[in-house]
Amino acid sequence: MLAKAMGIFLLGLVRLLTGAQARWHGCPPKAEQRIYFANHQSHADLVMIWAALPHELRSITRPIAARDYWTRGRLRRWITTAVFNAVYVDRARTGEQDPLEPLVQALENGDSIILFPEGTRGHAEEPQPFKAGLYNLAVRFPEVVLVPAWIANVQRVMPKGEVVPVPILCSVTFGAPVALQPGEDRHAFLARARQAVIELRDL
Amino acid sequence: MTAGYDFLRSLAPEQQVGALFFLVFGILALASVAVFLLGFRNPAQATDDEAWQERLTDARRLLSSSWAMVVVFWIGWAAGHTGATLLFGLVAFFALREFITLSPTRRGDHRSLVAAFFVVLPIQFWLAAARRFDLLTVFIPVYVFLALPLASALGGDTQRFLERNAKMQWGIMVCVYGMSHLPALLLLDFPQRGYVGKGAFLVFFLVFVVQTCMVVQHLLTRRSPRPAAIPQVSKSFNWATWALGMAVGSLLGGALSFITPFGPGQAVAMAFIACAAGSLGHLVMKAIKRDRGVPAWGHRASVTGANGLLDRVDALCFSAPVFFHSVRWYFGV
Repeated sequence: MLAKAMGIFLLGLVRLLTGAQARWHGCPPKAEQRIYFANHQSHADLVMIWAALPHELRSITRPIAARDYWTRGRLRRWITTAVFNAVYVDRARTGEQDPLEPLVQALENGDSIILFPEGTRGHAEEPQPFKAGLYNLAVRFPEVVLVPAWIANVQRVMPKGEVVPVPILCSVTFGAPVALQPGEDRHAFLARARQAVIELRDL
Repeated sequence: MTAGYDFLRSLAPEQQVGALFFLVFGILALASVAVFLLGFRNPAQATDDEAWQERLTDARRLLSSSWAMVVVFWIGWAAGHTGATLLFGLVAFFALREFITLSPTRRGDHRSLVAAFFVVLPIQFWLAAARRFDLLTVFIPVYVFLALPLASALGGDTQRFLERNAKMQWGIMVCVYGMSHLPALLLLDFPQRGYVGKGAFLVFFLVFVVQTCMVVQHLLTRRSPRPAAIPQVSKSFNWATWALGMAVGSLLGGALSFITPFGPGQAVAMAFIACAAGSLGHLVMKAIKRDRGVPAWGHRASVTGANGLLDRVDALCFSAPVFFHSVRWYFGV
């Protein structure tokens, strides 16, 4: 109940501040199992892409949240678990555990996920090279559709180190799905996926 | 005719404003029905069909935005002073959001932007609601224009300092300062003339006159295109159609003088001032848009998802403060 109210509040807030506009180029919003992968420049990216998805998809799509940041403090932890239903991943590999394990579980459950393959927030114009996670998931779940997304302007809403967001219109552009070609190696695939994200910038 | 006029005179201000809205909604409804029926008409020649459809779509768009505007004003009036102020404040907020979105700022501007949206804007509209008109007219151009560059200077980022501050100040001036004069106009009283509680008429007068002037210019350029006077800024603007639009707007103002505290001649002059500020302000905004490389604040292809609110209200934003000031100055209110 409280989580639902918080969800509605956050949605309203994000719409008021950013417009939370979704632009579907190359694929329609559709309830199939998908991995959305996007550029990452701000902590608000997660909220932004969550808010831009239509209501029906939001409930079956789980964003990936960095465990070290999003479990610090009770409020953050509660929002990511109760409101976003996020999957936590460890950014720093610790011991034996495969960092992809929670994502694999979510995908096996039939959920869609939102992934930031850069692994961490970038500050440059173009996204940093993608990490291997996206490739590994693509190999393991060939039937899941990989949808690139470009999040525009969010870094202007709340630059690193600031706490009060400024209202600036943002948008999420979803592109045509990318599929792993037979025999394609990891570097080639990750470069192609990254290029697919970058190309959405100027649409 | 005179009987009807006397009847309207005898109504309370509230009822008069209500009757006005009734009239406007009626006209809009008739226009909507007409456009709906025109949709069934087949043009004589098949070659005309496309142009005909295009004109119909154009008319529909114009109608829907007129409906939206009138409904907004009606809600603003029905919700009372606080409601109207909040409503115009919201419009200013969204307009400023569009302006800032398309004027790239630097990281160092963040604090100033926070102040612009969450401090300056609420204070300005509060000043309007509280009828602090003397402070309202100087708060932004005097105090805020000193305070914001100071915030930027304290931020320590001097790169493109003047340009960054100019952008922000322009955004605030047009979207917040200009827009805040509409609720202020709503609250302006003319005690000495028995013109109390009729501020809605003044807002209506301003909006109707400026909008007519803009629409006439738009229609005239569509009907008989002429070479543009300043092609670098606007592909359609030329002085002949501008003058015609101004003339129609001013004459309409004269005809509407009975809903204002002005005499007919004064009403023509006031309408002329408002139309000049509005249409030339619109031209200025076009130059700013050209500089940003966008055809409109909310072009369909824009990455930002701006929905073009500012395109619709920019003429009002420019005319409202000028009109407000001339009214106050002339009548000494």
